[in-house]
Amino acid sequence: MRPPVIACDQLSVDLGGVRVLENVTLSVGDGDFLGLVGPNGGGKTTLLRVILGLEKASAGIVRVFGGLPGSFPGRIGYVPQRLFFDREFPISVRDLVLMGRLSKKKLFQHYNALDRTRVDEAISAAGLERLIERRIGDLSGGELQRALIARALAGEPELLLLDEPTASIDPQMKTTIYDLIEHLKERLTIVLVTHDTALIGRYVTKVATLNVKLELHESGATAGRASLSGVAAQNPVFLNP
Amino acid sequence: MLQEIFAFEFMRNALFAALLSSVACGIIGTYVVVKKIGFISGGIAHTAFGGIGLGYYLGINPLLGVIPFSLAAALAIGLLSKKAKVAEDTAIGTFWAVGMAVGVICIGLKPGYAPDLFSYLFGNILTVPAFDLWMIMLLDLLIIAVVWLLSKEFLAISFDEEYAAVSGLKTTALYLLMLCLIALTVVVMVRVVGIVMVIALLTIPAAIARMLSHSLPGMMIRAVVLSAFFSICGLWLSCLLDIASGATIILVAGFCFLLAHSWRFVRLLPGVLPG
Repeated sequence: MRPPVIACDQLSVDLGGVRVLENVTLSVGDGDFLGLVGPNGGGKTTLLRVILGLEKASAGIVRVFGGLPGSFPGRIGYVPQRLFFDREFPISVRDLVLMGRLSKKKLFQHYNALDRTRVDEAISAAGLERLIERRIGDLSGGELQRALIARALAGEPELLLLDEPTASIDPQMKTTIYDLIEHLKERLTIVLVTHDTALIGRYVTKVATLNVKLELHESGATAGRASLSGVAAQNPVFLNP
Repeated sequence: MLQEIFAFEFMRNALFAALLSSVACGIIGTYVVVKKIGFISGGIAHTAFGGIGLGYYLGINPLLGVIPFSLAAALAIGLLSKKAKVAEDTAIGTFWAVGMAVGVICIGLKPGYAPDLFSYLFGNILTVPAFDLWMIMLLDLLIIAVVWLLSKEFLAISFDEEYAAVSGLKTTALYLLMLCLIALTVVVMVRVVGIVMVIALLTIPAAIARMLSHSLPGMMIRAVVLSAFFSICGLWLSCLLDIASGATIILVAGFCFLLAHSWRFVRLLPGVLPG
């Protein structure tokens, strides 16, 4: 049997003396689409960072593709929150997406024709063909978010981690981004961190709420929405925009 | 008039020094600007004064003293701020002052007057010896080779270090290497504008170039051209007016920086004003 894509067992994480995650046990299988919701500061981003190998577990075990986190950068696509880089950076959409090929290349190796083909494919999957030469500073929030998803896709990942891809995007754009992600779930395992409890029910196969401790809700696409409204009722925080 | 000026060997050397140093300056300055590490670069440059003092004391070419000193400063500042949980500006400030102090002590220990000390602090492009030109050229070639080999890695850590780490890059090692290239660029620039003013030529041409560029290579080329333009204009003006060359180069660069920003401001103005 293949190992689960992500397996956390009794995972705890302390950051600066504060317990951010406690006793998180979680298994994400091949083809799953996990929606991760919870209040700000609940540890959602930290859990992604542990899976990526950017943060160390204080206790417990984490395995990604059966190995230690960070062992298989080429199999993971990561879409970070888009706030954390300089929008004035002189880089085109094409070169941004090309960065997604980094994990497939060796040190000193330059990008080649195959990389450029994969980039073109990822850009058309994200519907950004017209903007390919555009400087990222000239993109709208929704377009930039699509470009970041294209960057993750260009690396041909098996697992896609998205950290609040729809934060500070207007509602219409949100739906188009979810439609794009929906399209991907047929071929990828996806973990999606989000605040949009009302929107994701349609898309995910599993939902977990994370507020230091993790609570996994029932599986199955149709159950998602019902369990989420239950979650929202118990945690008024979610109802705030 | 130009022909008369370049009949002198020292003027030809000055011109070569201006052109050669612009190469390193534009390429590395681009990283300094987009990665916002100007203060680190200033720290490395000032720490390098310790190397000049050491070179004096040992009686060797001071530039040979600067190379190991500034490389050590780059590695130490980088490692302290990345690994030892020392605040980056504290690490920089400490090295900045300690390096200068070592330089002052070394120069004091050497009997006699240090005549061209001033030229290392504030540059004197008119007194660049041929040996230093060769060294500047070698360092240029080294910088170009490393940047060419690691262009995708340097782009990744400049843009988003965390994403670079997730992609499997050794980001700390690459960052330290980038700081070492800055240190070598400081060595290149010492003769032209001096260690006190290096930071201006590392940042101004690249900052103006950024306004006009859509990619890092494009920004580098523009920064090299601008840097050469500032150096040659400054050199020419300083001869014409008989004033200090390094300072004139910096003033030309600073003036153009203001001009570029004013132009951008004026261009954006209609959008800012109502109606």
